[in-house]
Amino acid sequence: MWTVFCEPWAGRVTKQTPVNLPSVSVEIDIAHVARLARLDLSEEDLDTYGRQCQELLEHVARIQAIDTTGISSTSHPLPLTNRFREDEVTTESGLGRQDVLDQAPDTEGPYFRVPPALEED
Amino acid sequence: MSIPSIVEAARALREGSITSVGLARQVLYRIAMVEAQLHAFLTVDTDGLMAGAEEADQAFAEGRDIGPLQGIPIALKDNLTTRNLETTAGSKILSGYVPPYDATVVKRLRQAGALIVGKTNLDEFAMGSSTENSAFGPTRNPWNTDRVPGGSSGGSAAAVAAGMSLGGLGSDTGGSIRQPASLCGVVGVKPTYGTVSRYGLIAFASSLDQIGPITHTVADAVLLLEVIGAPDPLDSTSYPHEMEPVGARLGRGLEGIRVGVASQLGGAEAVEPDVEAAFFQMVSAMERAGATTLEVDLPSTEQGLSAYYLIAPAECSANLARFDGVRYGLRVNGDTTEQMMSRSRADGFGPEVTRRVLLGTFALSAGYHEAFYGQAQKVRTLIREDLARAYRQCDVLVSPTSPTTAFRLGDRTDNPLAMYMSDVLTIPSNLAGHPAANIPIGLDRHDLPIGFQVMAPALEEALMFQVASAVEELAGFDTTVPFDPSHGLRGGVR
Amino acid sequence: MSWEAVIGLETHVELSTESKMFCGCPARFESEPNTNVCPVCLGLPGALPVPNREAINRIMRIGLALNCSITRQPVFHRKNYFYADLPKNYQISQFDLPVCVDGFLEVGGTDPGRVGIERVHQEEDTGKSTHMGGDGRISGAEYSLLDFNRSGVPLVEIVTRPDLRSAAQARAYGQELKLLVEALGVSDARLEEGSIRFDANVSVRSGPEAPLGTKVEIKNMNSFRSLERAVTYEIGRQTHLLSQEGTVVMETRHWDEEAGATRGGRVKEGSSDYRYFPDPDLVPMEIDPAWESHIRASLPELPAARRTRYEQMGVDPTMAATLVAGESGLAGLFEEAVNLGAGPSQAANWVTGEVVAALRKASINSVTETGLTGSALAELLEMIGQGKLSGSAAREVLTGVIAGEGGSGQVAAARDLIQISDTEMLAEVIEEVLAAHPDEFSRLQGGEQKLVGFLVGQVMRRTRGKADPKLAGALIAERSSAR
Ligand SMILES: [Zn+2]
Repeated sequence: MWTVFCEPWAGRVTKQTPVNLPSVSVEIDIAHVARLARLDLSEEDLDTYGRQCQELLEHVARIQAIDTTGISSTSHPLPLTNRFREDEVTTESGLGRQDVLDQAPDTEGPYFRVPPALEED
Repeated sequence: MSIPSIVEAARALREGSITSVGLARQVLYRIAMVEAQLHAFLTVDTDGLMAGAEEADQAFAEGRDIGPLQGIPIALKDNLTTRNLETTAGSKILSGYVPPYDATVVKRLRQAGALIVGKTNLDEFAMGSSTENSAFGPTRNPWNTDRVPGGSSGGSAAAVAAGMSLGGLGSDTGGSIRQPASLCGVVGVKPTYGTVSRYGLIAFASSLDQIGPITHTVADAVLLLEVIGAPDPLDSTSYPHEMEPVGARLGRGLEGIRVGVASQLGGAEAVEPDVEAAFFQMVSAMERAGATTLEVDLPSTEQGLSAYYLIAPAECSANLARFDGVRYGLRVNGDTTEQMMSRSRADGFGPEVTRRVLLGTFALSAGYHEAFYGQAQKVRTLIREDLARAYRQCDVLVSPTSPTTAFRLGDRTDNPLAMYMSDVLTIPSNLAGHPAANIPIGLDRHDLPIGFQVMAPALEEALMFQVASAVEELAGFDTTVPFDPSHGLRGGVR
Repeated sequence: MSWEAVIGLETHVELSTESKMFCGCPARFESEPNTNVCPVCLGLPGALPVPNREAINRIMRIGLALNCSITRQPVFHRKNYFYADLPKNYQISQFDLPVCVDGFLEVGGTDPGRVGIERVHQEEDTGKSTHMGGDGRISGAEYSLLDFNRSGVPLVEIVTRPDLRSAAQARAYGQELKLLVEALGVSDARLEEGSIRFDANVSVRSGPEAPLGTKVEIKNMNSFRSLERAVTYEIGRQTHLLSQEGTVVMETRHWDEEAGATRGGRVKEGSSDYRYFPDPDLVPMEIDPAWESHIRASLPELPAARRTRYEQMGVDPTMAATLVAGESGLAGLFEEAVNLGAGPSQAANWVTGEVVAALRKASINSVTETGLTGSALAELLEMIGQGKLSGSAAREVLTGVIAGEGGSGQVAAARDLIQISDTEMLAEVIEEVLAAHPDEFSRLQGGEQKLVGFLVGQVMRRTRGKADPKLAGALIAERSSAR
């Protein structure tokens, strides 16, 4: 039902050929990254994710070639600063004990319960 | 019987020509008819909807009018927390999770009298462009059920397009409202970052996420945004000042509006011919309607996709760290806390989420932080500067919303990079924090909707809607999904 | 070889604000477990932090008191690590742009000096884990229980440069910092309750010019004594290792108070990769000079300045230090008495000596809970000066005043403790005594000086102890030598 129109505008736009930034090779120790992210993955999964992340990173890593000297980082899309609350106790957002523990996978009395930690932080 | 727009329904409710219970029944009837084919919802709150509708009718009968949405059914993307109503973000790790509080936008909708139809499907934690990444199965496109509805707000877009709700809320991190709106033939708006509170939105990428409306008409989107957009003391990134009412310039037309077409966006290589043709036809129509059009150069936007795919995973790797099996959600037992957490997360997160968490963790890790995350945040600044330069020449920018119309289920699931390309035209607005809207303008050769994107500078929602509603009028597109009660929806699934 | 220890301290100070750092929950955590919590400090999906302005005011107070510069645009970062009592599995903290940088603290004690302050940054506290089963320690525990009441309480971390060289210096720094924090009124600063917590980084090298050795972090010291003991132990352990040609392993060790030793934990894997990045949930802070000077103007007199002022008033330095370090009511008492005319040296002497002893004897914690005021003390000292009270009578008056019996004069009168120090009155009594003991008097006149004591005793007896014994002795001696 749709026919391609050749409206005057179509010819007026410059077709851009993508800028070819050099590709960058990236080495990922995927097992280490998975450990940092607390993801218990099988060897096979690590392999797959490792390859996919590598491929994606090598694509996005091309932005390293862009000259950003003297460019500051974007921290917030709007120029807002100093958003604070006053030091007041507000109970409206507080939760009742049942609300707090209701969704917990494991509790003991008024506490959340977890398996033992191996180390202190 | 067709489902009215929100504006029509609100008027009819007040005139007494329809009832809220009638609207709710109509919506539930639609759900009964097509939801089995579409799977747009993860939760339908039938009892809550009917009870709310009865209350609303009671209020109308007693002359009480608490707000503009009194008695209007609205669907919520399932990454918005709702008190006492299951909220999963489309993830197994939150399966069964019932939040103890309402998101600010949900509170504001309720205060305006809206009724919650239910919670809509999404790509897990809003990561995806097809709603195929939901842990609870994909949603299908009401225009053709072989096709994806887009994503990540595919459930809301499909629900609204199919008349299972009068309007919906989605969230947009890289196009997650606009792209599914485009693929489902409805209006979808990503407001300026900070103008709608994110409190209670389950975060994907905090510096990019915005909540916005998905509706049949531009006027409906304006109405929803007027309700949900307000400063919120619970979100310190929310814009604390008054802004021009977003609907202030509706109906002013296009006379004197300078419309910029970015060569990098309008003419991007990957844009399908039908999409490109419809887009340029609309640009010409805008010219005829009094707009001046010009080509603008946005040299850095091409790198937007790369910057986005570093920033969003980095932020998400931290945002999703809280899902650890300690206080809520899925727990897979282990001998130690660490083992329990690692097993719960590996089991609870789907492949796309796992991939992005790994990607983000790596991008932030020692030795790579500056080269990846640091550089991406600087490229983001370059893109903002590009847009700022463009807006010195023009008032709004336009592009197709999505390079393609709805693609087939499974077409891109094995190729993350191809999937990511779906967002190439929508990402710049997120990186810059600017508002942008999708307006459906036509159908392609497969009878699939084509969307048109209007982008405006930060806080210029009123201008964006002025142009969006003019485009809507020029397109004259009927957003009603072809539906034959005897055959249901088009497509392979019955 | 002469080994030199190099020590740096990291001190966590919990601020005593009303509400938490990023939410409106009460910042008190003695309540029933898991009751002072909300979606924000419990890390529920969708919750967002909003920073507490007063916490920023307070960290600026600390930083300015430590002679730091204030960062114009400090930034909150996310510090990413997984731990069960860290609800978001990242801590909102600061990285390269802390609120305060580059200050110092002058420390006294046996080895006085200036300790460099590298940074003072703002962060949020974690919840509390209780390790159950086993021996209650983390190793061997069967499971852990979590309470999130403390989660999100504002925490300030003060990091010194590696300027300390001995355990005694480390302790002196800790004590001076605690005094400072108390004077600023920003924290309860109670070590036992964990509202001020010290971690020490200790390394040992072969001499002042040698490169720094491998540093070991020691945690879990909850008193100044254990801080000093732990650092002493650790220096000894490392010195011993190095003397035996061994190597020190970079690790975190925990002080075991009972064993009197530091204990090594597991060597942590990759734990140092905190993946800091600016928290996108928070907008930048901007501390302009006006805000900074407003805070600076509100600073109270700091302990060092107060010590100097007391010394300049003539108070002995040790006593000045005791006054400043003591319970705040004592210094107040001292200042009030001096303002009412008491001699600073004598007042300091009394406050740090008799008053402290009397309070301790009566098991009273704070002088402010008693009847002893600056004016009562000034009156007491004045009566002593006028010879109206003997030493023992003055102590008795003090006991009465503390017990709430009234002002010093009132108590002295009521307890009948005022000395006869009037020469004429005393001379009359002496004449009576001499008349009653003519024999002893003539022996005194004959040169038996020791009889002065006997005669004074008789005078005291007749006056029921109220005579000023010194004056009586002088008068008797004068009478015996007169012809
Ligand atoms: Zn809280």
